[in-house]
Amino acid sequence: MTRARTLTELLGPAVLVVVTGLAGSLFARSTEIYFINALVAVSIVVALYVFVGNSGVLSFGHISFVAVGAWAAGVLSIPSEEKPGILPNLLPVLSDTTVGNVASLLAAAALGAGYAALVGLPLMRLSGLAAGIATFAVLEITHNLLRYYDRIGPGAGAFSSVPETTDLRQATLGGLAVVAIAFGYGRSRFGRLLRATREDEAAARAVGVSVYRQRLLAFAISGALAGFAGGLFVHLLPLTTEDVYLSLTFITLAMLVIGGVTSLWGAVVGALAVSALDSFLAETENGLVAAGRTLDLPAGTRIVVVGALMALVLILRPGGLTGGRELSLGRLLR
Amino acid sequence: MTAPSPAVLGIDWQTLVDAVGLGSIYALMAVGIGLVFGVLRLINFAYGQLVMAGAYALALASERGWPVWAGILLCFAVVLALSLAMERLVFRPLRTQSPAVMLVATFAVAFLLQSIALLWFGSLGKIAASLASLNQPVTVGDVDIRKITLVAIGAAAACLVALVLLLGRTTVGLHMRAAAMDFQTARLLGVRANRVIGSAVLVSGLLAAIVAIMLTVQTPLVTPEFALRDTIVVLAGVVVGGMNRLGTATLGGFAIGFASGLLGGALPTDQSQYLPSFLFGVVILVLLVRPGGLFSRGGRSIVERV
Repeated sequence: MTRARTLTELLGPAVLVVVTGLAGSLFARSTEIYFINALVAVSIVVALYVFVGNSGVLSFGHISFVAVGAWAAGVLSIPSEEKPGILPNLLPVLSDTTVGNVASLLAAAALGAGYAALVGLPLMRLSGLAAGIATFAVLEITHNLLRYYDRIGPGAGAFSSVPETTDLRQATLGGLAVVAIAFGYGRSRFGRLLRATREDEAAARAVGVSVYRQRLLAFAISGALAGFAGGLFVHLLPLTTEDVYLSLTFITLAMLVIGGVTSLWGAVVGALAVSALDSFLAETENGLVAAGRTLDLPAGTRIVVVGALMALVLILRPGGLTGGRELSLGRLLR
Repeated sequence: MTAPSPAVLGIDWQTLVDAVGLGSIYALMAVGIGLVFGVLRLINFAYGQLVMAGAYALALASERGWPVWAGILLCFAVVLALSLAMERLVFRPLRTQSPAVMLVATFAVAFLLQSIALLWFGSLGKIAASLASLNQPVTVGDVDIRKITLVAIGAAAACLVALVLLLGRTTVGLHMRAAAMDFQTARLLGVRANRVIGSAVLVSGLLAAIVAIMLTVQTPLVTPEFALRDTIVVLAGVVVGGMNRLGTATLGGFAIGFASGLLGGALPTDQSQYLPSFLFGVVILVLLVRPGGLFSRGGRSIVERV
């Protein structure tokens, strides 16, 4: 019984990811892109969940790990003969190294983990508001450095010539990997200890849990997943620093909050639900013919709708769509 | 400028005066953010969007050719209405939630307002030109000072004096200070929660309108992202100064405005482009080393440490 329940908690999110991938393959390339985007969003939001959901500490800084991962994977996988032309100021060591698709994703994950661990070393001592503001400061610093320091990337310009390897298959497999790691961490001793600190910090401390260490570990794992997701992202679109900054921070936080912060199921459901809504509105902004009438929404409607939805969920249903609980067949059947 | 102006520590008077002007505006924003934080423990990320709304009001008025006073009146009306609506619709239902949840909520409101502005007015921006004459310089000695800099410094000083009187000499002010100290106890002693929060939000809205007027003179082009950068920097300043007391928060706002004005003016571009990294690096450092804020002495801090 317990095993079946555990299995549901993993299979629910995993099936949702696979179904999204399969559904995407039914459509033409122009529509398929929405499904790929949604799957990359799942990876980012699940990465965010690993830290925020399990620890209960807010982070505005996770998009910096996505950005760092994107920069790593992007710079490393541009074909070496094109590098001097596109990125003339690159550090020699970077312009001499070019790696394949999978290696670049792994490098993105490694760099994301390293950066998160480095940043977390001092920051994980903070909680509450201070943690929110300090992680926000990390986002600002990362954005500022990536934008102006063009020896490690395209600076204020956009990436170009990065192989577009994030197709539906890679996005699905990547999403599955992220979900599996997040699940594994959540079931592990460390995940349970961290959730204990979330529920009652004093009690957890009293039985000998080091809040600082548990948070730091989760921060690094979640940084690795976020970096990996950034790698997927840069192999999908020619990114600029603006793509991995405030709007992405907002939209991914909104997805997590709308789905339910404290469960993996909530992270996946939130990412997919908001992506679906967002894609629908994006199509509508381009003009959609429905029931014989053309519906034409002006540009910008998407963020208004998502922002309003997030505020509504926070006010009316703070647990999110899933109530912050994992998927359970028992509850569904009851 | 005809003659090179005299310099202090290699920084000319021009830069110095401009930095004080920017610091004054940021100090007012810091007061606006700090007042609401005091009574609600809520960092209002959407404060910049209040300023943005006021700036759009001024731009629309100048587009229609309204007289200056009408534009300013419209600006105050729009900002105050929006502040009160925000309090009623968002802050009040969320009052019992944790500060972190409220921060996320105001983050959502900020984006919501920004994209409403984008929908309504487009991304190109509008020009608020009716007060442009304040951009004319007056020459003191051999330093050219834009009139707006003097107006900003004067207005900030006047607002701060008025605020000190409000907080120190009136019942509402006493209630606000009591609520900031300990909300529960203040309520037990007969302070009306809704009234005291309402007045804090109202005063903070008034300040946002004043800031909107001064910022539109400095940068007349109003876009949906108007005042967004400024708010982020002021938030950093407020944290560095010390959130818990209005005085230290204000000083922090002034200091960060002054520092960014000074460094931005004095450093060459290839160094000043990294200014945000430096400022936010300082924020992290202060949170770690002096969690109560740079200018605070002891007392409670917003930082719970693990």
